[in-house]
Amino acid sequence: MPEYSGPIPVPTPETRPFWDAARRHELSLQHCRTCGRYVYYPRAACPHCFGVDLAWERVSGRGTVHTFTVVQRGQKGFPLPTPYVIAIVELAEGPRLMTNLVGVEPDPAKIKIGMPVEVVFEDVSAEVALPRFRPA
Amino acid sequence: MSRDLRRMRGRVAIVGAGESDEHGKLPGKSAFALHAEAARNALADAGLKKDDVDAVFSAGLWMGSETAEYMGIRPRYVDGTQIGGCSFIAHVQHAMAAIDAGICDVALITHGESGASRVAMPGTRFGADSWRLQFEAPFGLAGPPTGYALAATRHMHEFGTTSEQLAEVAVSTRKWAMRNPRALMRDPLTVADVLASRVISWPFHLLDCCLVTDAGGAVVLTSAERAKELPKKPVYVLGTGEASTHVMVSQMPDFARWDAARMAGERAFAMAGIRHEDIDVAELYDAFTLVPIMALEALGFCKPGEGGAFVANGRTAPGGDFPMNTNGGGLSYTHSGMYGMFTLVEAVRQLRGECGERQVADCKIALCHGLGGMFSAAATLVAGTEVP
Repeated sequence: MPEYSGPIPVPTPETRPFWDAARRHELSLQHCRTCGRYVYYPRAACPHCFGVDLAWERVSGRGTVHTFTVVQRGQKGFPLPTPYVIAIVELAEGPRLMTNLVGVEPDPAKIKIGMPVEVVFEDVSAEVALPRFRPA
Repeated sequence: MSRDLRRMRGRVAIVGAGESDEHGKLPGKSAFALHAEAARNALADAGLKKDDVDAVFSAGLWMGSETAEYMGIRPRYVDGTQIGGCSFIAHVQHAMAAIDAGICDVALITHGESGASRVAMPGTRFGADSWRLQFEAPFGLAGPPTGYALAATRHMHEFGTTSEQLAEVAVSTRKWAMRNPRALMRDPLTVADVLASRVISWPFHLLDCCLVTDAGGAVVLTSAERAKELPKKPVYVLGTGEASTHVMVSQMPDFARWDAARMAGERAFAMAGIRHEDIDVAELYDAFTLVPIMALEALGFCKPGEGGAFVANGRTAPGGDFPMNTNGGGLSYTHSGMYGMFTLVEAVRQLRGECGERQVADCKIALCHGLGGMFSAAATLVAGTEVP
C-alpha cells in the first residue's frame, strides 16, 4: 500500500470497535439500550441519557447530506487534491458525522443538501479504513 | 434568573483597557511580550500598578499562571478558562463573581497572541488519539474556514442567506476601520471586491475571513467602590453570560443556529435588565462574515434567518442605525486568533468617548459578544457608564 500522507486516527479503548469495523468496511455505531438512541462519536457513556449500556451495532451506511463545504485551500499534506468536499452526513440512524463526499464533482452547484449518500471505505493503512460517502 | 445575578449588576467595573504597543506582523515579539505590553498599558490606563493586581485571568492551559510568572505577579486567584476566542469575555463574568465575593480586589484579564508569527505560542497540537484527530482531521478539516463554512452552507440553505449579505458585513466593518488610524486594513472595500476575492472554502471568500495578526489586549476590573477612586470613568459590568454546547464542529447541535450565543445572550440581557434597543454600540466577534449575522439572530436582535437582511444597506456601518464592530473588527482591525479581548477594549473606549472619528454619539450601553471554537461557546457582556 502506498504511503498515505493524511492524518491516520489512533483508536482509544472506546473507539476501537468503530475502527475495527471500518477496517472490515462496515459502519458500526453504539446503540444505547437505555434510551434507544445511536451515539457518534463513540463514548463510554451515552451523551443523551448518560446510560452505560451501549451495544455496538452495524448500521445501514446510508444517510443524507446535512451540510458541506468545498475546500479550495486544503490541509497541508492532505491527500485528496483540492478542491475536495467536506460534508456532514446525517445517518439514517440519527447521528451526524464529518466525512468527505467522493464520486461527485466538487462544485457547490452539483451538491445538494438532502441528497442521499452511502458509505464507501478507503483503506489508508493496514489497520485503518476511512468512511467516506458517495451519492446513493 | 436568580436574584443573585441581578444583585451583581453594576457592582464591578472595568477600570482599565489597553492593547499591545503595536500589532500586525511582529516576528520580534513573543506572545508573552504582547501580553506584557497590553497589561502595562491597561494598568497605566487604570491608574494602577502591577502590585495592585491580585487576580490574573488568561485563556489556555497554564496561561493564567504563566502570564503571571512572566509579568512577576503572584496572584491569589488564577483563572485559565479556555473556551476559545470569547474566553476573555467569560473571564469578565468570572472576575465579577470573584471580586463581588471578596476573593480578589483587582483582576487583570490579559491576552497576547503571536497569531501570525507564532513566537512562543502555547501548544495547541492534539494527539493522534484525540477525538479531533480520529473523527475530523482525517477528512481534511483545514482550520476555521472549513469548519465555519459548514454552518454558512446550512444557513444559506435554510434561510436563503446570500454571499452578498455576508459580504455586506465585511464592507460595513471596513468603513469603521477607515475611521480608525490603528486598523490594519483601511482601503475602501465593496461587495464586488469581496465576491471577487478567491474562494478559501466555499461559500467563504478570502475577504469573508478575518485577519491573522500578532496582538495583545488587557482589561482591569475592580469593585464599583474602588473604581470611583480611579482616574477614568468606570465602565460598569451590567450583564454577563457564557455557554458552551460542543467543541468539534461535527458536534454542532444546529448548523444554522448558534445555541451557545442564545444561551449566553439571554442571561446577559436578563441580568442587565435592559432591552435590545437600549444598546448603543455592539462589538460582535467577526472571525467570518457569517458570525455577526448568526450572533444578531441568536442574541434576539432579529429572528433566526433574518440576520442577512438585518445587516443589509449599510445598517451596521458608520451612519447606520446599528453601530457594530466600530474598531474595524477582526475583519479589518486585527485578529490575533482569540479576538474577544478586542471587543472589550473597544467597548470601554466607546463608552468613555475616546474613539475620535469613529466615536458613536451618546454611547452609554455597549454589548460585547464573543465566539469560541466552532460556534462551540459564546460569552456576552452588557456594560454601561451608569447602573440603571
